[in-house]
Amino acid sequence: MSKKRLHGAHVPHWKNTAGDKPEKMPTPAVVTIPMSMHIGAPAKPVVKAGDEVKVGQLIAEAGGFVSSPIYSGVSGKVKKIDDMLNSAGQRVPAVTIETDGKQELFEGIAPPKVTNLQEFLDAVKNSGVVGLGGAGFPTAVKLTVKDLSMIEAVIINGAECEPFITSDTRTMIDDADLVWQGIELLQKYLKVKRVIIGIEDNKPQCIGNFRKMCKPGCGVEVSALPAIYPQGGEKVLIYHTIGRIVPEGKLPIDVGAIVINCTTLAAVAKYIQTGIPLYEKCVTVDGSAVKKPKNVIAPIGTPLKDVFEFCGGFSSEPKKVLYGGPMMGIAVPDLEQPILKNTNAILAFNEKDAELPKETACIRCGRCIAHCPLNLAPVNIETAFRLKDAASLDILKVNLCMECGCCAFVCPANRPLVQVNKLSKAMLRNYQNEQKALEEKQKAKEKAKKEGSK
Amino acid sequence: MSNMTVSVSPHIKDKTSTKSIMRDVIIALTPALIASVLIFGMRALLVTAVCVAFSVGSEWAFEKIVKKPNTIGDLSAAVTGALLAFNLPVGIPLWQAAFGSIVAIVVVKQLFGGLGQNFANPAITARIVMLLAFSSTMTTWVFPGLVSSATPDALSGATPLVILKGETSAALPSIRDMLLGVHGGCLGETSAIALVAGGIYLLVRRVISWHTPVAFIGTVFLFTLILGEQPVYQLLSGGLLLGAIFMATDYSTTPSTNWGRIIFGVGCGLITVLIRVWGNYPEGVSFSILLMNILTPYISKLTAKKPLGGAEV
Repeated sequence: MSKKRLHGAHVPHWKNTAGDKPEKMPTPAVVTIPMSMHIGAPAKPVVKAGDEVKVGQLIAEAGGFVSSPIYSGVSGKVKKIDDMLNSAGQRVPAVTIETDGKQELFEGIAPPKVTNLQEFLDAVKNSGVVGLGGAGFPTAVKLTVKDLSMIEAVIINGAECEPFITSDTRTMIDDADLVWQGIELLQKYLKVKRVIIGIEDNKPQCIGNFRKMCKPGCGVEVSALPAIYPQGGEKVLIYHTIGRIVPEGKLPIDVGAIVINCTTLAAVAKYIQTGIPLYEKCVTVDGSAVKKPKNVIAPIGTPLKDVFEFCGGFSSEPKKVLYGGPMMGIAVPDLEQPILKNTNAILAFNEKDAELPKETACIRCGRCIAHCPLNLAPVNIETAFRLKDAASLDILKVNLCMECGCCAFVCPANRPLVQVNKLSKAMLRNYQNEQKALEEKQKAKEKAKKEGSK
Repeated sequence: MSNMTVSVSPHIKDKTSTKSIMRDVIIALTPALIASVLIFGMRALLVTAVCVAFSVGSEWAFEKIVKKPNTIGDLSAAVTGALLAFNLPVGIPLWQAAFGSIVAIVVVKQLFGGLGQNFANPAITARIVMLLAFSSTMTTWVFPGLVSSATPDALSGATPLVILKGETSAALPSIRDMLLGVHGGCLGETSAIALVAGGIYLLVRRVISWHTPVAFIGTVFLFTLILGEQPVYQLLSGGLLLGAIFMATDYSTTPSTNWGRIIFGVGCGLITVLIRVWGNYPEGVSFSILLMNILTPYISKLTAKKPLGGAEV
C-alpha cells in the first residue's frame, strides 16, 4: 500500500440505483449491432440478410488478433448488414436483426473445454468479452502475457467511481460468485499469486461480500479505497493498490499489473461455466430526464429509446444523453444509438443539466493542477495548445492525460480543458509525424548525396 | 435531426465559479470593512465605496471602449476596488482614491489583457503609484474613531511601524488595541482579528491555500525575532496581515503550486522585513508583493510538478 494518494476530485456519487436489482427488459423489435464495439479491428459478419439467428448465435467473427467476436442477443431474422453512424460520427458496419420474440437459445451453446492456458485464452476470446468498464479492449488480448512471471498482481476493478453508475455494484452483489470463479480461473491458468479487489468505500456491501469470501491463504485481498474520483482509472488504481507508476508509453503489465473490471471477469467466468457468450448487458439508466431510474438488462444492439421507454420514458425532454458516466461519458447524437458491449450506463439529462456552462477567462487559480491525478498542468497545456506549440505539449506530457475530467470539473472559469487535451494530443501526434517525415527526408537526401559523390 | 447537445466530457461541473470565488473574497473582507467603519468612522465606507465604484466603472468603460465582453459581473473589479481602499488612509481625498482605482483597473489589469493576464497585483501597484504621487496624503493618518480606547493623540499620530522605527516619540499601542485595530494605519489593515477571521473563511472555503500566508507571516515573525525587532508588533502592524491573506494569495500574480506559494511567501517576508528595518519606508509589504509578482513566472517554472510517469524529453 502506498502512503501517498494521487489527487482527484470529490465528485457527487448519485448512486440512486445501487439498491435496484437489474430488470430484464422485453425484447426490442429491432436490434442494430455495430461490428466495432471494441478497440481493434472490426468484427467480420458471418451471417447475411435473411438468415435466421437465435440467442447466443455467432453473428460476426473476430477480424484479427486485436478484435472480438459478436453474438446475437435476440432470436429473429437478419434484416440487413450495412453502415451506421456511431456516436463518434464514424461509419461502421452493423448487423440489423428483426426479432421474433421467441428468444430461442442457440442449440450450439455448451461450456468450452478448458484445461490449459491456451484453451483458457481461446475461451476468453470466443466469449466475446471486451473491457466492460468502458474501454472495450479485448480481454483475451489483455490476458495474453508473454511471460506469466511478469504478472505480480491482478487488480479487479470494482471502484466504479463515476457518478450514477451502479452496474458494477450490482455485479458484485448479484454475481459475486461469478467474479470469484473468474478469480479462480485467473489463479489457475495465469498462475496469479496476488489478486486485489479494489472497491470504493461507498460500496460497503460489496466490500463485505468479498471480504467474507476471502479465506486466509487464498491469495485474494479486498482493498477499500476512498471514494475520490478517478479511483477506478487504471493508473490510479494500480498506484493505490500496489504503489506502482505506469510510465509513459508502457502498459500496466510492464509494472507487473493486470487490471480487469469485475463485470468483465464475471462475463468471462459465465462463458466458461455455461457457454453463454456476451450478448446482453446490465446498464444503469439514470439522469434528471429519466422517469424511473433503474438497472436494466438489455440485449446488445437495443436502441437507447427502447431502454428509456422501459424505464417509464422521460419526465422532460432529454437534451443530452450519454453512454457512461457524466465525467467521461460520450454524448450521443440520437436515441437510435444501440446498447454496446461496453455500455455500463445510459444517462439522460433535462434542459437545465444539459446546458453548457459559459467559458470565461482563466484566473490562474491552479485548481486544475492541484486536482490532476497525474500531476499535469492543464492550464499550461491549454496555453501551449493555443500558441500551437507542439514541442511544449510533449514536455508538458499531454499524452499521459487519461481524460478523467477532474480539471474541467473543478475549473471555475468553465474552460474546456479535456477537449483541449484531446486536441493537443492530436496536434502533438501530427507534429511528431511531421518531424519523423522531415528526418527521413533529410536522411534520404544525405544518402542520395553520398551515392552521387561516389 | 435530434436537438440533443453533443459535447466533450465531463458533463458535470462543481459549483465553484470565478464569481463565487470573488464573492467569497468580498465576504471575507467584510469583517475588516465593519472594523474600519467602527474604528475610522463612516468615511471608511465612503472611501471603499468610491474605490469599488471607480474600479467597476472603469472596467466597464474600458471594455466598452475596446469592445471586449463586459466582465464586471465576475466581481473581480469590485474586489480590486475594496482591496485598494483597504490600503489607503481614511483621510485620502476622494479624487485621489478614484484615480488610484482607475490606475489599478485600466493600467495594471486591463492593459495587460484583463482578468488572469496581469502579472502585478492591481491594488498593490496602484497603492504604490499613489504613495509616490500623493506622498503626503498617503501618509497622513487621521483617526476620527467612533469607538476607541486609545487617546486621540495616539490615534491621529503615527502608525505602529513609524513608532517602531523610532521616528516619533509616541508610545506603542497595547497588544489589545493592535488586535482590535484601534491604531493608526490604512483603513482596512489595522484590525488583526477581522483580517484573520476573513482568512479563516477563505481557507475553509478553499479559496486560498495556507501556504503563502503562513510562509509570509512566519518569515516576518522569525526574521524580526532574530533581529530583535518586536516580532509581535511587526506581525500585527502595517499591511502584513492584509497583504499576506488577501493580496499575496491573488491567483494570477502568484505561483500556482504549493511549493511555489511557500517560496513566494518567504520571499515576501524577507523583503518586507528588509524594507521595514533598513529601508527608507516604514512599510514594505506592498513593495515585497510587487517584487515577488515579477518573479512569479520563474517560481512557477522552478516548482512545476513532475508529471507522474512522464518519460524524459
